[in-house]
Amino acid sequence: MSLQDLKVSRSSNAARIAGAIAVIVLVALVAAPWWAGRADMRLMSELFLYLALASLWNLMAGYAGLVSVGQQAYVGFGGYLLFALTIFSGVDPLLAVVAAGGLGALVSIPVAMLLFRLRGAYFAIGTWVMAEVFRLVFAQIGALGGGSGTSLPVGIVKSLAASRSGRESLSYWLALAAAAGTVVAVYLFLRSRKGLALTAIRDNELAARSLGIDVWRTKFIVYVVTAALTAMVGALIFLQKLRISPDAAFSVNDWTAFVIFIVVIGGIGTLEGPIIGTLVFFALRETMADLGTIYLLVLGLVAIVVMLKAPKGIWGFIQSRFDLQLFPLGYRVLGNLTRKDN
Amino acid sequence: MEWLNAVIQGSLLGGLYALFAAGLSLIFGVMRLVNIAHGDLIVLAAYLGLTTSIALGVHPLLALVVAVPAMAAIGYGLQRGVLNQTLGDDILPPLLVTFGISVILQNGLLELYTADPRKMDAGALETASFAVGDLKLGVLPVLTFAVAVAVIGGLQWIFYRTALGRAFRATSDNQEIAQLMGLNKAHVYGLAMALALAVTAVAGIFLGIRTSFDPSIGGGRLIFGFEAVIIGGLGNLWGTLAGGVILGVAQTVGAKIDPGWQLLSGHIVFLLILAVRPNGLFPKVTG
Repeated sequence: MSLQDLKVSRSSNAARIAGAIAVIVLVALVAAPWWAGRADMRLMSELFLYLALASLWNLMAGYAGLVSVGQQAYVGFGGYLLFALTIFSGVDPLLAVVAAGGLGALVSIPVAMLLFRLRGAYFAIGTWVMAEVFRLVFAQIGALGGGSGTSLPVGIVKSLAASRSGRESLSYWLALAAAAGTVVAVYLFLRSRKGLALTAIRDNELAARSLGIDVWRTKFIVYVVTAALTAMVGALIFLQKLRISPDAAFSVNDWTAFVIFIVVIGGIGTLEGPIIGTLVFFALRETMADLGTIYLLVLGLVAIVVMLKAPKGIWGFIQSRFDLQLFPLGYRVLGNLTRKDN
Repeated sequence: MEWLNAVIQGSLLGGLYALFAAGLSLIFGVMRLVNIAHGDLIVLAAYLGLTTSIALGVHPLLALVVAVPAMAAIGYGLQRGVLNQTLGDDILPPLLVTFGISVILQNGLLELYTADPRKMDAGALETASFAVGDLKLGVLPVLTFAVAVAVIGGLQWIFYRTALGRAFRATSDNQEIAQLMGLNKAHVYGLAMALALAVTAVAGIFLGIRTSFDPSIGGGRLIFGFEAVIIGGLGNLWGTLAGGVILGVAQTVGAKIDPGWQLLSGHIVFLLILAVRPNGLFPKVTG
C-alpha cells in the first residue's frame, strides 16, 4: 500500500445517512402543527428548548472546559428582558427575543472578566453566585412584580398571532428553530478556525497554548456567545410560559441541573450527546414524572453512575464500539485496507 | 451605635459562615476537591441533629455527640466509596458527581422530611443575651463564634502539629512521594473528608438552632461558605474565618441600609474583593 492509496476524508457514510435522516425528521417536525396534537406540540417545544440549552452548555463545558452551574443567570436574564422590553418599551416580542440575546452578550462581558479569575471548580461556584446576584437584582424591580413576578399582558400575547392555534404554531416553530439553529451554530462554530482552536484546547490545553492559541480569548468568546444564545433561549422559554418570577427564572434545578444531567448522560464533549441525552431525559420524565422526587433521586444516581463508569456517556459508548460520528467534525484516513473492511 | 451594633452582629454571624466554610477549605487544601454538595451536607447534619434531639429528647447541642461521628463516618464512606474515583487532572468528574450527590441529598431529605421548614428547639439558649456596655449580645451568636474559633484553631493544630496533619500536607504537596513514604492516599483523603464533615455537623447544628431550615437551602449555604473561602484566600483557615466575618458584616450592614439588600450586599462585597484581589485577602495556595 503506497501513500497515494490513502485518502483523508471528513465525511463518512454514517454522517451522510445521518444528514439525510436529519433533513427528513426536520421537515416532519416543521409540519407538526398539521399532524400533532396540542399537548404533543407543547412537549416537543419544551424538548427543543432543553436541547438548545444542553447544546450550549455542552459547548462550554465539553469543549471549552468552562463548567458553569450558573447558566440560569442568562435564562432568567433573557426571560426578564423579554418582559421588560415588551411591557415598558412596546417592543415586538420577536424583536425582544433577539435584543435579549444582544444584551445578554453585553452583560456577560464584565461577568466573564470577573469570573475568569476563578479556576476550575471555583469558577463553577462563582457562576452560581453570579446567578444569585441576577436573581436578587431582578427581585428588587417592583415594576416587574418584585419577588412574586408578573404575567405577560394579553395585548402583547395577542400581537404574536391573532388566533390561539396560530400562536401555538408560532411558539412551536420558534422552539424548533432555536434547537435546530443552536445545534447548527455549534456545529459550524466547531468546524471554523476558532472551533479547531477550541477542540485543541479541549484535548490538551498546554499543547494548544504552545501552538500559539490564545486560550483565554477563545474561552472568553465561547462564554459570551453561549451567554447570548442562552439569553435568547431563555426569552423563548418565558414567551411560552407567559409568566415569570425570580425563583422560576433563575432556578438552578430547572435550567442547570437538568441540563447537566442531559449532557452527562448523553455524552459530554460530543455534538450527538446532548441530542441523545435530551431524548432520554424526556423519555424518563414522561414515564416517571408521577414519582415526583424519586424521579430526581434516580436521575442524580444515573448521572453519578454514568460519570464514574462511562464518563463519555451513551454516545461515547456507542462511538467507541462502532466508530460512528454523525456530525462530520473529525478527519479520518481511508486506505485500501480500511476500504475493504467497509 | 446602631452601625456598631450591625458590625458586631455581622461579625458574630461570620462565625457561622466560617463554620460553613472550614470544611470546604480543608478538603480543597488537602485534595483540591470542590464539593458542590457541601451545603446539602450541612442541611443533612441539621436534620440529623433534629432527629437525634427529638428521638432522644436531648438538647440540640448534645445531639452533636451523635451527629459529629455520624457525619464523619458518612464522609469517610463517601470519599472512599465514590469521590476517590473522581480525583484526577480532569475537574469535570468531581464537580458533576458532587452535583449529583447534591440533588440526591436534596430530594432524599424532601422525601423523608417534606418541604416544611423545621427548627431545633434549644430552649433558653435561643433568646438569652448579655449586655456589654450599651450593646446587647446574644449568647447563641457569641457561642457560635467561639465554637468557630475553636474549630478553626483545632483544625490548624491538627494540620501543623499532628501526624495526621503531616499526612494531609504531604499528600497535598505530592501524592506520589507521599505514597512512596507509606501513606495510603485513599485512606488519607477519606480521613480528610471525615474531618471536614465532622466540622459540617457542627455547622449544621448551629444553623438549625439559629434559623429554620428546609431541604432546599443547601445551595445558599454552599455559596456563603464558598465566598468566605475565596475572600479569605484559598487554603488559609484563619483567612476563612476573616472571610466569614467580612461576609457577615457586609450582610448585616447591607440589611441596615435596606432589608432587601442583605444577601445582595454580601455577594457584591465578594465580587468587589474578587475584582481587586483575585486570590483573596490572605492567600496561601494557588488554585
